[in-house]
Amino acid sequence: MYGNDFSPPEDGPGGGLLGEVEAAEAALREAAARARRGGPTPDEDLEAYFADVIDADQKIEPRDWMPEAYRKTLIRQIAQHAHSEIIGMQPEGNWISRAPSLKRKAILLAKVQDEAGHGLYLYAAAETLGVSRDELVELLLNGRQKYSSIFNYPTLTWADVGAIGWLVDGAAIVNQVPLCRCSYGPYARAMIRVCKEESFHQRQGYEILYTLSHGTPAQKAMAQDAIDRWWYPSLAMFGPPDAESPHSAQSMAWKIKRFSNDELRQRFVDMCVQQAEVLGLTLPDPDLRWNDERQSYDYTQPDYDELMQVIKGNGPCNRQRMEHRRRAHDEGAWVREAAAAYAAKRAEKKEKVAA
Amino acid sequence: MRARRGLSHTHVGSLHAPDAELALRNARDLYTRRQEGVSIWVVPASAITASSPDEKDAFFDPAADKVYRHPTFYEVPDGVAHL
Repeated sequence: MYGNDFSPPEDGPGGGLLGEVEAAEAALREAAARARRGGPTPDEDLEAYFADVIDADQKIEPRDWMPEAYRKTLIRQIAQHAHSEIIGMQPEGNWISRAPSLKRKAILLAKVQDEAGHGLYLYAAAETLGVSRDELVELLLNGRQKYSSIFNYPTLTWADVGAIGWLVDGAAIVNQVPLCRCSYGPYARAMIRVCKEESFHQRQGYEILYTLSHGTPAQKAMAQDAIDRWWYPSLAMFGPPDAESPHSAQSMAWKIKRFSNDELRQRFVDMCVQQAEVLGLTLPDPDLRWNDERQSYDYTQPDYDELMQVIKGNGPCNRQRMEHRRRAHDEGAWVREAAAAYAAKRAEKKEKVAA
Repeated sequence: MRARRGLSHTHVGSLHAPDAELALRNARDLYTRRQEGVSIWVVPASAITASSPDEKDAFFDPAADKVYRHPTFYEVPDGVAHL
């Protein structure tokens, strides 16, 4: 059983993260119950009130006053996140018809449906900030807003679907779990929902890789090849190193972001090492080793020049992803028009009956 | 959304739809992929009238000084049962 009756997290891949989501959810309820005592009121000083609410770990809600830059930062971040979910359907959708069994097809289909759902939760959260979904979709289609660069890499084999689930969704969860504690209420609530669903994705990917790595030598080699290709792009998902991350400091002060890019990247590496061991596969980093002093793994940084190139539009699949998205949008126009026409006709009929 | 029989409906989220009927279907697809509900209500956002956070203090002020509406306000003498 899933949904509202969420069972306690088990050990194993992703287990601890689900616990963190639950803790964030509990913290949200607890902070709401605690309420803010005293402090400036909105009538006296809007900015002081806003700062005080954030300071008290209370949520900012849609109709509250907020600094224009806070609103803009949130719109940019939530929209980019929503676009990523929508574009992220493509690399995996690519394998639905070719997944090796009916069960795996059904599971992958459910996963891609989830991505669409996540995109919609996030667009709805962005809309509470006074921007419309149509505007945001337009900004994606004309290239003025971005999506996660990871989806500009191709899914060459079935094992890539596993690697996406384990590494890409894994990295996404590490990134997103702290967003469950974000200061903006609608975003935090959407992220709690997303993270709970996302953990199925990560386990699904891990299971695919585990099955392959315990199959024939050719299957194991395919799984290893997928990990070799997805490891560094996954590390790059956490963004540029802290020193070069332009938006980070302000976002941390506003409690939109809770941990720095490098902190989250390290957390991800530390999680993956043991999980790779269980798979019997190797992470493609000869310098990966335990550092007793730091109580963390030392690892090789991803190629940030490559990340910048992919963000600029020069990744292997940027053009293909955008062309596909635009085509799907155009080809779906008649469905939207037909639904609107039908709704108008029915409304007209109702009016006539009423008259 | 009513999660289970016996519980009240709770707000779960927003969506776009051309009419009420499609809104119900979209809500099912978007918010009950894991059997999260047994009943859904949809309401057009334009039909909702909301109190404003700006007038929050004044609006809710009448209840602010009436602690005696809570049972904990009253002191119960020692030894009194079933109260």
